[in-house]
Amino acid sequence: MSASTQPFRRDDGGLIDRNRPLSFRFDDRAYQGFDGDTLASALLANGIRLVGRSFKYHRPRGILSAGAEEPNALVELRSGARREPNTRATVTELFEGLEALSQNRWPSLAFDLLSVNSLLGPALQAGFYYKTFMWPASFWEKLYEPLIRRAAGLGRAAGLEDPDHYEKAFAFCDVLVIGGGPAGIAAALAAGRSGARVILCDEDGRFGGRLLAERREIDGQPAAVWLSAALAELASLPDVTIMPRSTVFGVYDHGVYGVVERVSDHLAVPPPHQPRQRSWRITARRAVLAAGAIERPIVFAGNDTPGVMLAGAVRSYLNRFGVLPGREAVVFTAGDDGWTTARDLAAAGVRVAAVVDPRSGIDPALTGLAGRIGARIITGAVAAAAGGRALRAVTVREASGREESIACDLLAVSNGWNPTLHLTSHQNTRPVWDEAIHAFVPGTMPVGLSVAGSAAGRFSLAEALADGARLGREAAADIGFDSAAEPATPITDPEGVALSPVWRVKGGKGKAFVDFQNDVTDADIELAAREGFKPVEHLKRYTTLGMATDQGKTSNIAGLAIMAEQTGQTIPQTGTTIFRPPYTPVAIGALAGHHRGRDFRPTRMSPTHSWSQRQGAVFIEAGAWMRAQYYPRPGETDWLTSVNREVLAVRNGVGLCDVSTLGKIDIQGADAADFLERVYCNGFKALQVGKARYGLMLREDGFVMDDGTTSRLGETHFLMTTTTANAGKVMQHLEFCHQVLWPRLDVRMVSVSEHWAQAAIAGPKARAVLQGVVDAEHDISNEAFPYLAARAVTVGGGIPARLFRISFSGELAYELAVPAGYGEAMMDAVMAAGSAHGITPYGTEALGVMRIEKGHVAGNELSGQTTARDLGLGKMMSSKKDYLGRLMARREALVEAERPCLIGFRPVDPAQRLRAGAHFIGIGKPATMQHDEGYMTSVAYSPVLGHWIGLGLLKNGPQRIGERIRAVDPVREGDVEIEICSPVFVDPEGTRLHG
Amino acid sequence: MPGPLDRNRIPMRYSIFSLAAQTLKGHRGWKPAWRDAAPKPAYDVLVIGGGGHGLATAYYLASQHGITNVAVIEKGYIGSGNVGRNTTIIRSNYLLPGNTPFYELSLKLWEGLEQDINYNAMVSQRGVLNLFHSDAQRDAFARRGNAMRLAGVDADLLDREQVRAMVPFLNYADGRFPIQGGLLQKRGGSVRHDAVAWGYARAADRRGVDIIQNCEVTGLSIDNGRITGVETTRGPIRAGKVALAVAGNSSRLAAMAGMRLPIESHVLQAFVSEGLKPLIDTVVTYGAGHFYISQSDKGGLVFGGDIDGYNSYAQRGNLPVIEDVMESAMALWPGLGRVRMLRHWGGIMDMSMDGSPIIDHTPVEGLYLNAGWCYGGFKATPASGFCFAHLIARDAPHEVATAYRLDRFATGYVIDEKGAGAQPNLH
Amino acid sequence: MRIACPHCGPRDVQEFSYLGDAKPQRPDGMDATEAAMADYVHQRDNPAGSHRELWYHGAGCHAWLVVTRDTRTHAIAAVETMAQARAGAPA
Repeated sequence: MSASTQPFRRDDGGLIDRNRPLSFRFDDRAYQGFDGDTLASALLANGIRLVGRSFKYHRPRGILSAGAEEPNALVELRSGARREPNTRATVTELFEGLEALSQNRWPSLAFDLLSVNSLLGPALQAGFYYKTFMWPASFWEKLYEPLIRRAAGLGRAAGLEDPDHYEKAFAFCDVLVIGGGPAGIAAALAAGRSGARVILCDEDGRFGGRLLAERREIDGQPAAVWLSAALAELASLPDVTIMPRSTVFGVYDHGVYGVVERVSDHLAVPPPHQPRQRSWRITARRAVLAAGAIERPIVFAGNDTPGVMLAGAVRSYLNRFGVLPGREAVVFTAGDDGWTTARDLAAAGVRVAAVVDPRSGIDPALTGLAGRIGARIITGAVAAAAGGRALRAVTVREASGREESIACDLLAVSNGWNPTLHLTSHQNTRPVWDEAIHAFVPGTMPVGLSVAGSAAGRFSLAEALADGARLGREAAADIGFDSAAEPATPITDPEGVALSPVWRVKGGKGKAFVDFQNDVTDADIELAAREGFKPVEHLKRYTTLGMATDQGKTSNIAGLAIMAEQTGQTIPQTGTTIFRPPYTPVAIGALAGHHRGRDFRPTRMSPTHSWSQRQGAVFIEAGAWMRAQYYPRPGETDWLTSVNREVLAVRNGVGLCDVSTLGKIDIQGADAADFLERVYCNGFKALQVGKARYGLMLREDGFVMDDGTTSRLGETHFLMTTTTANAGKVMQHLEFCHQVLWPRLDVRMVSVSEHWAQAAIAGPKARAVLQGVVDAEHDISNEAFPYLAARAVTVGGGIPARLFRISFSGELAYELAVPAGYGEAMMDAVMAAGSAHGITPYGTEALGVMRIEKGHVAGNELSGQTTARDLGLGKMMSSKKDYLGRLMARREALVEAERPCLIGFRPVDPAQRLRAGAHFIGIGKPATMQHDEGYMTSVAYSPVLGHWIGLGLLKNGPQRIGERIRAVDPVREGDVEIEICSPVFVDPEGTRLHG
Repeated sequence: MPGPLDRNRIPMRYSIFSLAAQTLKGHRGWKPAWRDAAPKPAYDVLVIGGGGHGLATAYYLASQHGITNVAVIEKGYIGSGNVGRNTTIIRSNYLLPGNTPFYELSLKLWEGLEQDINYNAMVSQRGVLNLFHSDAQRDAFARRGNAMRLAGVDADLLDREQVRAMVPFLNYADGRFPIQGGLLQKRGGSVRHDAVAWGYARAADRRGVDIIQNCEVTGLSIDNGRITGVETTRGPIRAGKVALAVAGNSSRLAAMAGMRLPIESHVLQAFVSEGLKPLIDTVVTYGAGHFYISQSDKGGLVFGGDIDGYNSYAQRGNLPVIEDVMESAMALWPGLGRVRMLRHWGGIMDMSMDGSPIIDHTPVEGLYLNAGWCYGGFKATPASGFCFAHLIARDAPHEVATAYRLDRFATGYVIDEKGAGAQPNLH
Repeated sequence: MRIACPHCGPRDVQEFSYLGDAKPQRPDGMDATEAAMADYVHQRDNPAGSHRELWYHGAGCHAWLVVTRDTRTHAIAAVETMAQARAGAPA
């Protein structure tokens, strides 16, 4: 395939594979590029200059750079659910079938109606919106804001579920090298040769950094020779890992680096079983930052015209991609570096009309070059660029003030480079100004990080190679890896780095842009200065300078320089902003990894889960757990029917419910009883072996923390149960109490929540059923195994088990626990033994109904805002011992007589439904906060009573039984007259419990 | 008594007319939004902290109480703290009577703010929707929504289908914690955060308040239990009353008066995406993880999550919370996968022991404290300033801020919306 | 952030839970006063600088640890077990 379809492609040279043509589409037109291209280089090869429209003025924009700093050439990449807005064409590797659309234009890129904003430009200066759109007040949301929102923004997100997958990964290394240019490669080699574990990351798909874009020599040979030897050696070192397409985006505490690896972005779709991207958390003992530098534009009128390009980027396109960014060029440079671009342009056959350099006394070697390539040397500056959608000419102003127009379609701009030091300021340290190189260099460094080469402001290739080798070696040596004799630093060809930066050229006609992407002009910065927004953070926030997707990589410095000029200060006096992570924007999906959909969080399943499944359970999320909510039977069409059946089955016969999710903590030691005495507000010392007791735990601030039964299995052995929700919290709390508060107590504890499967067998026939399950040698008669008995038993012919006679439902009830692996067998055995008694599985709903019928508190009452007394459990608080929360529970507000207390409610009209969350208001009183007397915490339909019942917290509740009041529920338009009643609705005497 | 408007200071009112006039003049006539004042030797009231709360306090001292011999002193540039670091949400969807009327006053002040201070802060009542994912959460939201309605605040309890109609792009298909509904406050929304600081500064300046930047307090001058002024990096300043509004650093300032506070400083991170065409028109809060999101007028998705959880003055956080936020983002809204996070940053929160703020006297006579805003400080800005000014001017709490006492931890009258107890990082 | 657990070695912060200042000592026993307890429960120095604080290695050894960490930089100067912390604590 010839390059004939690519009019701006060079005939040879570059790191593209001309034998591998790739088809792609831009704005619905088909083009061809080559393997090795970026989208930007392929567009330029096809003569496409106009790539996008700007944010505010919708100005035509082209390609400014060849790297991650690109502010202009942003496209919507791919289509459908894979559409990626704001994608920088300059770092998008071309692949077969690539599709991209220009963005922020309507109806088309060439003809954009909103470019009318350019005409309004004079009004739309920085911060104009703060000064208007205020009258009438209601118009902001209705009119102005929707218009602004539609006009603002850049690309369109896909809006559809991302079809690709992401991964997270962790890695540990001795030395992390960030950046795979000459400095980074030298650092990785030096560290790797010492035997240290090294990871070398580069955002590019190809290692070499600027060497890929330059015509340089190392040790007298083309740099590519050195590069391939170095890469081969790195590949041969067993402890060196090379990670291409991997951006180190953030530096976090203690040597943790965030890295995103673009595994499949250079392909049309990820290969099977491969993620699109992988986010890494790399922990490195030492790191070397060798991220290079970013070239700086110059502010002049029309400097955003497509065809105005950074001089270093011009070399990238010429030398790496074999592309001519133009045919008639002018070079505008404030330093030696731009002259290299003139040289390379000429070598590629581009006519260089002029090199414009404001400096006097330029190295004769450079001026001689101009003569050789036939370029005029103009001592002056470019004052304006013209052409609209494509550069046609530049206005050059000589030192004398004489201006002339020079026709060209490419202006290469060179104003020196800024070290890519972003990562060094991620821990909020500021870069410092280096007057010698006219740039900010790294200031205080994050611990363990050093900076090599251009990223440190040492811009020459020789310095990069020397720095990298030295810092790589030092990083490894610092942590005990000694390298052998150090090889000589390679010798490089000469280069000039003299520079006298020009921040802006005033007086040209038209807008002069500082921040291309956010359309911040020099006039905006002058206005900010005039209005007092002089501190650099005010400047940024007022003008939006540096706030776009490029984070000001090409604009911050010029903005500071212009502000400095306005205020008569120096650049360092004006300040610098802190670069915040990430270095380049990171896909949300990558950082989320596989945590989405069902896999957002782990799912915990009870050891009897599949038994419940076999019974046809409907499951419900209960924190991390899936719990059986109810067990519908054929013909039952709504949950209430099933739940009513389950409740009545328990109350009239027997039911079986999985309660394995309760927290279980095994507590042992000579002081175990003393320990429990301190963590529960009620007494535990006197608890007999073989007995269980309900315990209430307070927080140290006196409010209720958790409840549960704790059984004494031996003199020094207790088993605590907690609520499902608080299992982890209570475990941590007990460890705190022991290790931090009372380390002298002889006690140990371990969570056994997952060791045991536990089931409640409840109902008048529970004992009869259990007698068929528990091995015969264990007497579980009412006399031998009374209410609150708790003992080890065996089931199924010797399987160890624990039996507790405790009840949440108020019925004769037991909880039977077996080692988790026997859970399903236990459920089957209980079902088999119970079949003659009509045993019925019941779920959390029926459990909830029955506990409300009995007035037992649960999660809705244990809100963290209630005291023991609020819950009717005040008498449990011992006055004879010290325990957690004792003193704070005595605070004035916690013992106030008027506090809402737990009480029961029933609708005056039994047909009416109650709802949790309704508030209590007196009959005839207005429904206002002043008359709010409490709220309904829990409700249930009681199939025993045949109407809804509720529990709630009501001011003076227990003293008001029999009184009528309203349950007001404005958010559901409810207002129900209710009667205050005992919170124990069923069997208040508790006879069934003891049956 | 409204304070005098000193028209000689800044003659220019912001309006479409002044904008048009200035456009014709190339914007050369705009004056500084506020004077860069140097400290005078003495003031009636010295407000420490040039954030949203401090500037609002100064403004309301002048506009509501006629007290204009006031300075706001700020160690850096105004708005450099949390007013410029938050996720810009305003709402008054609070549960407890100690909070609801206060935040409702704040929302009412937001509603009239721009006309009051003649500055467009882009108050946008686009709605705040808190999702719920379980019956217990629904009950809790019903309780809260009802409490709001009883307090005269708007609240709507939406079921799953109503939520879907509003925000159809969320995950209704295979969420680990299925969306069951939401509590909507239509009057909630967002505000351009920096503009709040600038707008109050400009309006306070117009009424004679001195705004003094780059002036760090190094000590409090206390004589016989009474405050007499402050020591600063720009010299001593005397004052009849000194008001602390330095959330994030309250403990450090209080320590200068020998006080310990029921506060820990924690880092809260926030995030913004690249600019996008409009995607979401409301504020949505995920109920099964720590995550909330909205979209700014510029197009960036603004979102956040939980605090990192350890004491910190570093204004930056770590990856576990960042990843947790992104996981919640994807769980809630799977269409965000290819949207890129552009920046993340951190602010220092005054995390109090019950999750609620303090606006009160201190044991030092003439020294007033405004602190403990946790991560709810931005939405509170107008009412905080309004009530703090009331307290300073009249030496009595404003009626909607009576619960924000410093001694409530000793008496037990805590305002614990979450029921998390005396552990700041759980609020 | 990484914490070097004395039992388990350096681990990611995600394995730990944070409680707060390690300095306040619980006024134990029946003689303790309400005021002393209120102070213990609520009042904090909250320094900007070195901070001795309690962390729980919940995803590891379940030890409560005293970590000395600078709240301005997050730099960790020491990680001690409770026993070490007590042994080294000033009288």
